[in-house]
Amino acid sequence: MTKKEIISKLTTIVKPYIQNEEGFKNISENTDFINDLEINSANLVDIVLDVEDEFNIEIDNDSMEKMLSVKAVVGIIQEKQSA
Amino acid sequence: MNQKQIIKNLPYKHPFLFVDELTEISENGVSGNYTFKENAFFYEGHFKGNPITPGVILTEVMAQIGVVCLGIYLLKEEISSEKKPQIALTSNRIDFFLPVLPNEKVTVISEKEYFRFNKLKCKVTMMNSKKELVCRGTISGMILI
Repeated sequence: MTKKEIISKLTTIVKPYIQNEEGFKNISENTDFINDLEINSANLVDIVLDVEDEFNIEIDNDSMEKMLSVKAVVGIIQEKQSA
Repeated sequence: MNQKQIIKNLPYKHPFLFVDELTEISENGVSGNYTFKENAFFYEGHFKGNPITPGVILTEVMAQIGVVCLGIYLLKEEISSEKKPQIALTSNRIDFFLPVLPNEKVTVISEKEYFRFNKLKCKVTMMNSKKELVCRGTISGMILI
């Protein structure tokens, strides 16, 4: 799966949880979930669970702690899918 | 950890402790009950001359029994006198069906949807003493030690 495809799927996943519309409109690899999209930590858990289902991977505690930006999530998905 | 110890570990006290008894608890869920005292502080204002238990209080009863007590049970190995659980309500969606009056006993039944990355999400139901549905929904919270 290309980076572009992953970001497109991720955009659909995060949409229900975002609080900052402006940040969401400009979503890119550099988007930070907490600072740019104003997603709270509880909804970050929902996003991670949705990512697990969508990409058929399992996220452990160490990966969870890093999943704070689009770039980090794309990296973790690519790493897990190629493992 | 037994049911009495779980209640002792709750971070609430009068007038905001809404758990009398836990009747069943496991990794998958919890049941418990609470009886509303006639002289509870909120009846004086809700409503004027017509005491009915506020929906926010019913939600609180469901959260304390259904999510916080269960969360303490799930983290029982990590809790000690120095390490107390930290909790925060993160979301709830509840539908209400029947009013609850002073002196009524309600039973809460909660079923765990998931507990991951410190977030506990549960399907929670409240019944009155006639086993009629009072309210039902989902409640989530973060709980960590």
